[in-house]
Amino acid sequence: MPKDHGIGAAQKRREDVRFLTGAGKYTDDINVYGQTYCHFLRSDVAHGKITSIDTSAAEAMPGVVRIFTGKDFEGIGGLPCGWQVTDKNGDPMQEPPHPVLAQGKVRHVGEPICAVVAETLEQARDAAEAIELEIEELPAVVDMRGALEGGSARVHDDLPGNLCYDWQFGSDTATVEAAFASAAHVTTLELVNNRLVANPMEPRVALAEYARAGDESTLYTTSQNPHVIRLLMGAFVLGIPEHKLRVVAPDVGGGFGTKIFHYAEEAFVTFAARQINRPVKWTSTRSEAFMSDAHGRDHVTKIELALDADNNFIGLRTDTLANMGAYLSTFASSVPTWLHGTLMAGNYKTPAIQVNVKAVFTNTVPVDAYRGAGRPEATFQLERLVDKAARELGVDPIKLRRQNFIDSFPYATPVAVEYDTGNYVATMDKLEEMIDIPGFAARRAESEAKGKLRGFGVNCYIEACGIAPSNLVGQLGARAGLYDAATVRVNATGSISVMVGAHSHGQGHETAFPQVVADMLGIDESMIEIVHGDTSKIPFGMGTYGSRSLAVCGSAMVRATEKIINKAKKIAAHLMEASAGDIELKDGMFTVAGTDKSVAWGDVTLAAYVPHNYPLTEIEPGLEETAFYDPANFTYPAGAYACEVEVDPETGKVTIERFAAADDFGNVVNPMIVEGQVHGGLAQGIGQALLETCVYDADGQLLSASYMDYAMPRASDVPFYKVDHSCATPCTHNPLGVKGCGEAGAIGSPPAVVNAVLDALNHAGHDVAHIDMPVSPHRVWQAMQG
Amino acid sequence: MQMSDTRVIKAPREVVWAAILNPEVLKACVPGCTELTGTAEEGFEATVVQKVGPVKATFKGMVTLSNMAEPETVTLSGEGKGGAAGFAKGGANVSFKEVEGGTELTYDVDAKVGGKLAQLGSRIIDGFAKKMADQFFTNLQDAVEGPAEPEDAPEAEGEAAAEGKKKGWFKRMVSG
Repeated sequence: MPKDHGIGAAQKRREDVRFLTGAGKYTDDINVYGQTYCHFLRSDVAHGKITSIDTSAAEAMPGVVRIFTGKDFEGIGGLPCGWQVTDKNGDPMQEPPHPVLAQGKVRHVGEPICAVVAETLEQARDAAEAIELEIEELPAVVDMRGALEGGSARVHDDLPGNLCYDWQFGSDTATVEAAFASAAHVTTLELVNNRLVANPMEPRVALAEYARAGDESTLYTTSQNPHVIRLLMGAFVLGIPEHKLRVVAPDVGGGFGTKIFHYAEEAFVTFAARQINRPVKWTSTRSEAFMSDAHGRDHVTKIELALDADNNFIGLRTDTLANMGAYLSTFASSVPTWLHGTLMAGNYKTPAIQVNVKAVFTNTVPVDAYRGAGRPEATFQLERLVDKAARELGVDPIKLRRQNFIDSFPYATPVAVEYDTGNYVATMDKLEEMIDIPGFAARRAESEAKGKLRGFGVNCYIEACGIAPSNLVGQLGARAGLYDAATVRVNATGSISVMVGAHSHGQGHETAFPQVVADMLGIDESMIEIVHGDTSKIPFGMGTYGSRSLAVCGSAMVRATEKIINKAKKIAAHLMEASAGDIELKDGMFTVAGTDKSVAWGDVTLAAYVPHNYPLTEIEPGLEETAFYDPANFTYPAGAYACEVEVDPETGKVTIERFAAADDFGNVVNPMIVEGQVHGGLAQGIGQALLETCVYDADGQLLSASYMDYAMPRASDVPFYKVDHSCATPCTHNPLGVKGCGEAGAIGSPPAVVNAVLDALNHAGHDVAHIDMPVSPHRVWQAMQG
Repeated sequence: MQMSDTRVIKAPREVVWAAILNPEVLKACVPGCTELTGTAEEGFEATVVQKVGPVKATFKGMVTLSNMAEPETVTLSGEGKGGAAGFAKGGANVSFKEVEGGTELTYDVDAKVGGKLAQLGSRIIDGFAKKMADQFFTNLQDAVEGPAEPEDAPEAEGEAAAEGKKKGWFKRMVSG
């Protein structure tokens, strides 16, 4: 019988009632009295000098309240970067200013130059057309390799070579060179991790109001982490202390990383509302989203693997160029470094690993974390490389992987992290069973009978989630702690509000988090409500990204609930005239061990708030506890994925026929939600592998800026997945034993797809070593023509 | 975006040269041109209304003529700003060669678009630019030679053909 209650129950998502009936309340659904509308005039050139801005005609247009330019932001802070990377010479990264509105120069198509605030959106747009703007176009820096050359144009005038940092990490050069010198075989691969646009269903929105009487600002915004926005914008941009600034992230329709960051538009509306003493609202169009939401990925890598005569991995070396875009977005610098380099060991016991990353400024939209953030890039390189090595050596790719698996834990990698637990053999065993390897030959014959090529691809992955131990990330350059917080407020009649720092924008926290508390207290989930997304209601938590919500914020919630239980037991002991040490809590009843004395949960909570018979000299009335939880380590979800594709040799079109995912997420609170997270991640990973790519032309014009040109995966592009998370090795260092599941699908799927396509082509006699993503019909067909 | 083509116009080289420098002719020939003022020496100021895929806009800009070597070659360059639609800019090197029965025009066009035009229209911009150039030179041909025979004209252009008397005026004017 499947569980229907508490941890492990596949409860239906309670939030879906409002989402599926149109009753969700998103930022754009919020309208306030006296609201004005903002439209940004954005650069339509990639790089240029602003020679003049004349807003006089526009200011005279109907309905215009005020027009702001970069001049209004002189002396006001720019958008900060939250992670300082130190380069291999010990120097801090280059951190050019990131203005709210362009100052003197524009550096990417879509950069906001002016903001028109008007009574209606139409009036704001019309007035923006009347702004006379002169920009002297400058040569655009688009290609990363070209950008690093001395003669290149400069995105930032005082930054020759456009280099943000040159980072080196892992084993020292001599160790790695020795491994390569002694290698029996070296496999080398050059590849691109294609630039992506996150495309959450809900575009970004920001609405700010200002109450002059109390000097209080409120920002409603589409954020994954309202407290982070409050801190960054309040302290570093606008100089508003926390107690005078409230940030609300209500229902948010998907984030995928791109709603972590603090954006210019949020700072602008908050600033402007104070200036004009009226609310200001901005709603992104889809076109604006393409050219102003931080993009993802965009790495170019050369990677080399050294193997000994027995096919053991003995050395790994990577050289990556990572695109930062025109400015450093909030966590941009950490993605190609600490979220990427630390994962280069993958699931393998390679003893010597060195990672080299050059981060480069270009005249493109800033690039930052997107579902997986650094870990998909690491996984794709490594798992494509291992597959290539297997083909070169003529060995079975699964066997080569198994032979090199890390098989004892804890395991300290050469790239700084220590995996606490895992079982890569178990997930690979499970995967082989799920995908039915013995049946593949028959399925291939069937495809061939139809004139199609069939290929099988496999890969492993590991990720570092549950971000992150504050003292560790502090040493690595993070300018924030990465704990989280929860307040459990038990009400007088026993119902509970849990205020959490994590934010739910598709993850189902409102359903899964109560399952944990209900399980601990033995009460029904319906008595528990999760409150999130409002800095005036929730404790200071760091929000949701990096598959951290349950592992970090969930752990804080467990700690707070433990405090509740301790105190409730003291109250129960008083009510039953027993010792607190003898009190047991089960199914919502407090009993004195070994007796038939009991009081119900509701009796205890009522006593806490109506303390007529209460040990007031020993404990305070009320029943509310807060806990902050700082993880001791990252968590390390891992798994093995397999994909079977059919390739049409006439057109090069790839169809995914089968896909199986065997994941180890540790313990699972709600298996249905976990499966949903994996399904969504797989769709995004398959989207990257087959369809999606963001294209700039040589002048820095963004060419793929609508759904006519940017191909999002649709239901017909993905198969019915087989997913499994039964091979669980619980995390050893958090109280729930959970690891996180939000990003796995997007991390683990791209290499499986590409490996399968290459298997199909090579089996059919095409000698193709690699095809860059997206593996489009055009690219596949070209590869087949040699 | 780059393209080149040639076309023979049944008129003497000097007539074709004069036509291409004449603001009235240019206004009539540039597809969607609603206003065009100025001179060949000072440059022309033009307003053009065009629809590129889903983007419809009014472009305002300057067209300048350079590298003038009468009556052999001229370079036209221009930039049009379309407000929220973005911009289009480009140049055309046009050369005029005397051939049997008229003048052979050869043109190399280099065009760029930016902003929303690039974002939404990049897939169709090549076809669009080719169509614009074709239309321009067809219009020029009409202005200089007079319109094609009605039965040759595609049906959709029936209205334009009906206005045929207006076309060919330049040739009539210069040929007295």
